[in-house]
Amino acid sequence: MLLEAKNIGFKYGAGDWLFRHVDLQVEALEVVGITGPSGVGKTTFSRILADYELPNEGTVTMDGKPIMTSSYHPVQLVFQHPEKAVNPRWKLRRTLNEGWQPNDDFLDKLGIKQEWLNRWPNELSGGELQRFCVARALGPKTKFLIADEMTTMLDAVTQAQIWHAVLDIAKERNMGVLVISHDQHLINRVCTRVLEF
Amino acid sequence: MSILKVNNLSVSFKQYTSGLRQTTHQVISNLNIELVSGEILAVVGASGSGKSLLAHAILGILPLNAETSGQITYDGEVLTSKRQEQLRGKEIALVPQSVSYLNPLMRVGSQVRSSVRKRNAKQAQEEVFQRYHLKKEVGNMYPFQLSGGMARRVLVSTAMVSGASVIIADEPTPGLDKVVIEEALNNFREFADQGCAVMLISHDIESALKIADKVAVFYEGTVLEVAPVEDFEGKGDRLRHPYTQALWRALPQNDFTWIEGSI
Repeated sequence: MLLEAKNIGFKYGAGDWLFRHVDLQVEALEVVGITGPSGVGKTTFSRILADYELPNEGTVTMDGKPIMTSSYHPVQLVFQHPEKAVNPRWKLRRTLNEGWQPNDDFLDKLGIKQEWLNRWPNELSGGELQRFCVARALGPKTKFLIADEMTTMLDAVTQAQIWHAVLDIAKERNMGVLVISHDQHLINRVCTRVLEF
Repeated sequence: MSILKVNNLSVSFKQYTSGLRQTTHQVISNLNIELVSGEILAVVGASGSGKSLLAHAILGILPLNAETSGQITYDGEVLTSKRQEQLRGKEIALVPQSVSYLNPLMRVGSQVRSSVRKRNAKQAQEEVFQRYHLKKEVGNMYPFQLSGGMARRVLVSTAMVSGASVIIADEPTPGLDKVVIEEALNNFREFADQGCAVMLISHDIESALKIADKVAVFYEGTVLEVAPVEDFEGKGDRLRHPYTQALWRALPQNDFTWIEGSI
């Protein structure tokens, strides 16, 4: 599996170019870091890869072919703020099972307790919620995971636990991972190479 | 000199389970902490351990279903909810955790100007924006037009221009790049050196250690230990509490390990 972005350019509305001529190739089993100052478009770029946003120029392909958008998207995003990424009026079981039905072992691995499934999002802490967002994004058809400041809001112990689980699962499933982070130590620890944005 | 003291604070939430049945859910229990003028106290700990709630309890902005017991004193005077209302934003300023605390319908420049008290508001706002590398046009933008990092810098600016003597910064740095983090933290240090007290709630232990005088470690709504900054080094053998050690060892630049049952 090869995810390839070629010559991507993007601008909001009629404004100036946010970025242009960005190229990226990620293969299965690679863990690629993306770093750069805030406001340069790292998040926007990852949204383009996951098809939340269309680029003004350039293409995103998988194995040389355009990505089918009518079914489950093989590139999944985990955002920085989990509380904004779940429906506040859905219990977490419904949020989790919207994409796929993970088994208990899988939930254990991410440290999700069974009792949390019956809770509302406002009854869980950020770290607890983020585990659900990670689990939701790791469906069997996910080929690439983009972690956009996935653990910035979490304490170090939770961060280590979630990353160990994600990297194990990625290896098992032959997935590629993109890591957007300002934490140089984290990037050094988990990534195989880095793109300076 | 200690300026803000929290004695035996407990916070619990009343919740309705089904129908009219109520339960109370204790989130902070018997917490003691002290802020000293001229010092930075870093507060670290698990997410969901009540760090933000402590900040909200000090400012008196807990939700209505919260019940508190214990005592908070400011400058030797007990903080009642009326006194809290008089002091917040003036003597005690908050840098909130979420960028959604900005007013979505107000230009960010005027939001910052509204918290200036002692000097020319426009000038103060322009100076502070320049200091945080926010362009002049940013003052005329609405929050939705800003990136995450820019919105954070606006929040920090608001506290910086307020002239408060206690600043409570709740996760002021996530999502910012290294240069801006360093600058914001140096500003907090400068602030403390001018005689203010700063409480810095953060997950970013590494950068908190660079500027803090002491570190309070939170777990499940109480303070496990207040450790001097020097103890955070090497394998963390000088740290007294096992959770503090686990936290230190879990950092990516240390072992990046986690222990079952420590969360």
